[in-house]
Amino acid sequence: MSHAAPIKAGLADCRNAWVETLEALAAEDERIVAVVNDSVGSSKLNGFQKKFPDRLINVGIAEQLMVGVAAGLANGGRIPFVSAASCFLTGRALEQVKADVAYAGFNVKLVGQSSGVAYGELGATHHSIEDFAWLRPLTNITTIAPADAWETAQAVKWAAGHDGPVYLRLSRMPVPDLDIPGRKFTPGKAEVVRKGGDVTVIACGTTVHLAAEAADRLSDKGLSVRVLNMATINPIDVDAILAAARETGAIVTVEEASVRGGLGGAVAEITAGECPVPVERLGFPGFVPTGSTEWLFEEYGLSVAGITAAVRKVLARGTK
Amino acid sequence: MTPKTETVDRIRARALWMRRTAFAMVHKAQLGHPGGDFSAIDILATLYFGVMRYDATRPDWADRDRFILSKGHATGALYTALCAAGYFPEDWLETYMQPRSKLNGHPNRNYLPGIETNTGPLGHGFPVATGIAIAGQLTGADYRTFVLTGDGEQQEGSNWEAAMTAGFRQLENLTLIIDRNRLQQGQSTEDTTGMEPLDARYRAFGFEVAVVDGHDLGALLDVLSASPKGRGKPLCVIANTVKGKGVSFMENQAKWHHAVPDDAQFAQAMKELV
Repeated sequence: MSHAAPIKAGLADCRNAWVETLEALAAEDERIVAVVNDSVGSSKLNGFQKKFPDRLINVGIAEQLMVGVAAGLANGGRIPFVSAASCFLTGRALEQVKADVAYAGFNVKLVGQSSGVAYGELGATHHSIEDFAWLRPLTNITTIAPADAWETAQAVKWAAGHDGPVYLRLSRMPVPDLDIPGRKFTPGKAEVVRKGGDVTVIACGTTVHLAAEAADRLSDKGLSVRVLNMATINPIDVDAILAAARETGAIVTVEEASVRGGLGGAVAEITAGECPVPVERLGFPGFVPTGSTEWLFEEYGLSVAGITAAVRKVLARGTK
Repeated sequence: MTPKTETVDRIRARALWMRRTAFAMVHKAQLGHPGGDFSAIDILATLYFGVMRYDATRPDWADRDRFILSKGHATGALYTALCAAGYFPEDWLETYMQPRSKLNGHPNRNYLPGIETNTGPLGHGFPVATGIAIAGQLTGADYRTFVLTGDGEQQEGSNWEAAMTAGFRQLENLTLIIDRNRLQQGQSTEDTTGMEPLDARYRAFGFEVAVVDGHDLGALLDVLSASPKGRGKPLCVIANTVKGKGVSFMENQAKWHHAVPDDAQFAQAMKELV
């Protein structure tokens, strides 16, 4: 097993917010159950298991069954949260996610743990950078990649109350809380992290705080950078994307995912269709070489320096 | 006449209507899977008209017994059963596979009442049924869950994932029925991977296993209506069936998996199905 780097001061492991919220919700609503594939520890569900032993359904290392069982539990009136490494949840069980959850429309919550390249050196088999592209065409699965612990808690709470399929894409990569006064979680709506008019950076999940820091650095150099936290990848906030295109004229997307078919893909689809502007997509081009999570972030520009460079590049492309 | 004889007669009458009606649907649509419809119809008729507890006016009734057609291509069998059970009017059957019909080529729970989950890709129904049975076990509900798979469908590994958990959790409220017609789409199951010893395999996974003639309505009724309480195990019913059962030129012919009848064949079948 690979181990995440020690958590630095001021950073939080969002999995704590996930389990604390789930346990609180489960204490109030006996319909809530957890379904896992021998992923109790990696999902931090040990406490849930102690409190609600009958409501932790461990089907073993059997992802197709795990997702099918969740659909059946929903049929039987339960509210299942399926928690597993996102690479196996979305990859190994993709047809079950499609047919049993999305197409059938069951009230199942899929919680992808250690998404993106959290498993670093373990390699592409354990990375989950394709999940956005796989799930976006399954149009009724609300897909949310929270940016920090606060948003993770809000998303879990919202998912429990929402009647329909949800995919929560969580990370074990420690992130700081976004310091935004008066925050309100609204699924399907982009959150303005920084106001700006010269260019827009649209990020999600673990990369939002990097985008905010890059914007602050560029602001020192006189550039007004809008930063949007696009936590909800599906249904995506089309209005916010088009407003960014019209008002700022250039967009950089940043995601811990493939540049094909995810956040960047969605932004490119929408701008190309209605308001073509230069778009630079930061993310992974495909399978990546061996390396730690931190190294992969640096190598592929998911960093303050990388985002700053992408902003310079997209502005240099200009508009016709 | 004993109550059982009456029940069997009712099932037989419904099964005959289902075969005639399903074949008419396939003939009209020039689409469908009549061979697998006909091997399964006696099983569905027994469940819907002799075994299961349901209320067609309340398809969401929490304590209803559930049936999942995992071999989702056999919609001729399922739609005629649901119609005869009162879930929707008979004229809907006329729309089978027409544009925007509620009667899709594979069942969709959002289109029709009485459908428990969407199936079509093989190996999906048994895991979902296992989840329904676990929900019942968790809440102490006394509904039963039945799932019908094809025998070739047992080649999908997800079934064996479900078998492991269903046996381990002693889901006595769960019944797996295998439509053992020995023919998959292209050829015999025994020339493909071989399925035997199917009964021993399921016993080894912790199931009680019953092997019955899948066209013997009395035998099906006995094994499926027996109370599961106290069994302490899920039940696997291996129903030995004949693909295309009831129509001479279809019986045991792999090509009738998804062949469709011309007018002469349809007329011939209607003469035989009486």
